[in-house]
Amino acid sequence: MKEYLLGNAAIARGILEAGAGVVTGYPGTPASEIVESVVPFAKKYDLHVEWAVNEKTALEVAIGASWMGTRAVAVMKHVGLNVAADPFMTLAYTGVSGGLVVIVSDDPFCHSSQNEQDTRRYAQFASVPCLDPADPQEAKDMCIYAFELSEELELPVLLRPTTRVSHARADVEVGRIKKRNSNPEFVKDPARWVMLPAHARPRHTELLKKQDMIKASLKNSPWNRLVLGEDAGVITSGIAGLYAEEAIKQLEIDISILRIGTFPPPDGLCSEFLEHVTKVMVIEELEPVLEEYVERLARENNPDLKILGKRTDHIPREGELDTLVVRNAIARMADRPLVEVPALKEAEEILPPRPPALCPGCSHRAAYYAMMKAFGKDAIFPSDIGCYTLAVRMGTIDTCLCMGASITVASGIRFGGEERDICCSIGDSTFLHTGLPGLLNAAYNKARITVAILDNSTTAMTGHQPHPGTGFTVTGEKTKAVSLEAVANALGADFVETVDPYDVDATIEAFKRAKEYPGLSVVIAKQACVISAIRAGIRRRPFVVNSENCNGCKKCVKFGCPAIEFDGENARINVLCTGCGVCAQICENNAIEVVD
Amino acid sequence: MKTTECDIVVVGVGGQGVILISNVIGKAALKAGLPVRGAETHGMAQRGGSVMNHLRLGCEFGPLVPAGSADILLALEPAEALRYGHYLSRDGVALVNTYPVLPTTVTTGKSSYPPLEEILAPLRRICRDIKTLDATKLAATAGNPQTMNVVMLGALSKYVPLQEETLIEALSESIKAKYLEVNRRAFALGKGEVEL
Repeated sequence: MKEYLLGNAAIARGILEAGAGVVTGYPGTPASEIVESVVPFAKKYDLHVEWAVNEKTALEVAIGASWMGTRAVAVMKHVGLNVAADPFMTLAYTGVSGGLVVIVSDDPFCHSSQNEQDTRRYAQFASVPCLDPADPQEAKDMCIYAFELSEELELPVLLRPTTRVSHARADVEVGRIKKRNSNPEFVKDPARWVMLPAHARPRHTELLKKQDMIKASLKNSPWNRLVLGEDAGVITSGIAGLYAEEAIKQLEIDISILRIGTFPPPDGLCSEFLEHVTKVMVIEELEPVLEEYVERLARENNPDLKILGKRTDHIPREGELDTLVVRNAIARMADRPLVEVPALKEAEEILPPRPPALCPGCSHRAAYYAMMKAFGKDAIFPSDIGCYTLAVRMGTIDTCLCMGASITVASGIRFGGEERDICCSIGDSTFLHTGLPGLLNAAYNKARITVAILDNSTTAMTGHQPHPGTGFTVTGEKTKAVSLEAVANALGADFVETVDPYDVDATIEAFKRAKEYPGLSVVIAKQACVISAIRAGIRRRPFVVNSENCNGCKKCVKFGCPAIEFDGENARINVLCTGCGVCAQICENNAIEVVD
Repeated sequence: MKTTECDIVVVGVGGQGVILISNVIGKAALKAGLPVRGAETHGMAQRGGSVMNHLRLGCEFGPLVPAGSADILLALEPAEALRYGHYLSRDGVALVNTYPVLPTTVTTGKSSYPPLEEILAPLRRICRDIKTLDATKLAATAGNPQTMNVVMLGALSKYVPLQEETLIEALSESIKAKYLEVNRRAFALGKGEVEL
């Protein structure tokens, strides 16, 4: 039976059909929907599904499950694997018992990410296999295969979709969901599971020995496909293979094509291809992983081979590919005319930009408004990763590096000798993800900074996932709700105040007290995400501008809420108003009133 | 050589329901037995920002519609029609909701929003046919302004290689039963608008 599935839902289906018992991960675009798509099946198939507090936690939970014989997955976005890199690298030494698949979605073009790193490099780094699916169907099929491969090799296997696989949709053939392995148990084996140096050395030797086994297994997999044609050819990785196949059809040429879906690539098939062609174009997104492999292999098999790719500027080094880019690259190699399709010049000349923005009534905007009022433009505002980074135009986001880096970067700026006020901001989910050690470090090492925890009680940016502060698990079950105040106190912050950012004056006053505090101060700006509030049925009465009182000063307009417009003379509140009331407090002329 | 039967680009503003109608079209294609590929905008790009979805009916390649080859540009917002106008093929059709949504760059006075005619003129230059409709107003007439996306779906139904009943069936599986009637009205109003 076929279903029209999101790539991530197809991968979830693969997890279910493989009979996994533990599914864990941390939300991150473009990977978030994988864990969520497993949830509806959790109860019926006795699956443990969870949102972990971060990717390192997730991977370690999955490792524990695997070591006792249960098939397990850890799901994250590419940068999440950096957080989980510590367990990941040594996991390759210990190996696994139950199949363990690490699913990591890459994001070429940084659609919703801070960098464009390539997870295939991590596979090389750790010496483990990596599968690179081209579309949702293949992602699902590869996921099932990955579990089998993992158990066969006793190694973790990486499944690396990209944004255009994870967030693609396609008709996908679905199969039967398998019950998890019923009676596994942990078998004590210190030489495997205890990575003392004396154990690690032989495990490293073992891992190196397994490299030939990896190649032997992947050689027989169906994920690498060769079609020989003329003596010019393209070799591609993952989704680039589909772009290349379409381009070749459009160009109506008969060149050779080798589509690669496994890393390491199959030496035999690649050699056959390289010996057949005199000129090859390597087409892949992100890093030139395949290109470097082809260069190495060609030195042995076909030293005169002309290799075109990222190094020769035939394929863009950054961003994502599509059929048009690949078509033109192949046309250039095959001496066919190029097709240029520039954006319409009027689109650049007359259209207003439409960047993503904080929602109407978003409590982050209110918190930042108060922060700026209390601290002033001269202060330094390190920030973090979440919806609130969209407030960059408000002047309260001076840095954004990676999850949890706000408090630590703020501390470093202070220790480096900055004497101006420093107020950093971090969301609740991000604080619980990797902000905790940063706050502990700041308290321990006496960083005189203010930390604003913007607590909207959800992981909003990635689609409103619960976290330990919300009191609910991924399946909607009630659980312990961790108090951010208690956590901040326990980590060593003496000044901790919680305030409602919709109360503008109170929030400004709280930030002022925090600023004057002679040590580490924490302000928790707590107000539910406006989207969650609306979904929960909370309706506040909207506001209107009383044009008799409005003098057109634009103070409310500059606040930047999409619900406030300026009609030339007066401010106007549109239908987007959610009734937060912050603009009414900002207005100095009492011109904004609640609708009766 | 033709590699797809019908390429559609659906554009609009985050929150207008671009993903919902894209999925309805995709599900309908599946019901009709056509291979279908789609690509969605998620995450940071959604927050009130410009949104583009791709749909390729009768296609088994990558999910992205190549620039210059969309058979249909379905624009839920006029400025977004122009922003993604270069995706249209010369033989393509643009279906444009004329009701603007002002970005914060305009509401805060940093940029201005061009008149409708200035938006449509360059599109007229590059494609075969442009159909404009005030889908937001028609949705209100149907009984719920939120059904604007379904008004546009109704307009689209005249141009895609899918039966109207199949689209309606896919729509009814994608929304709550209590909203079906108003959505059917919205669909019919959109379809009526391009029948003229």
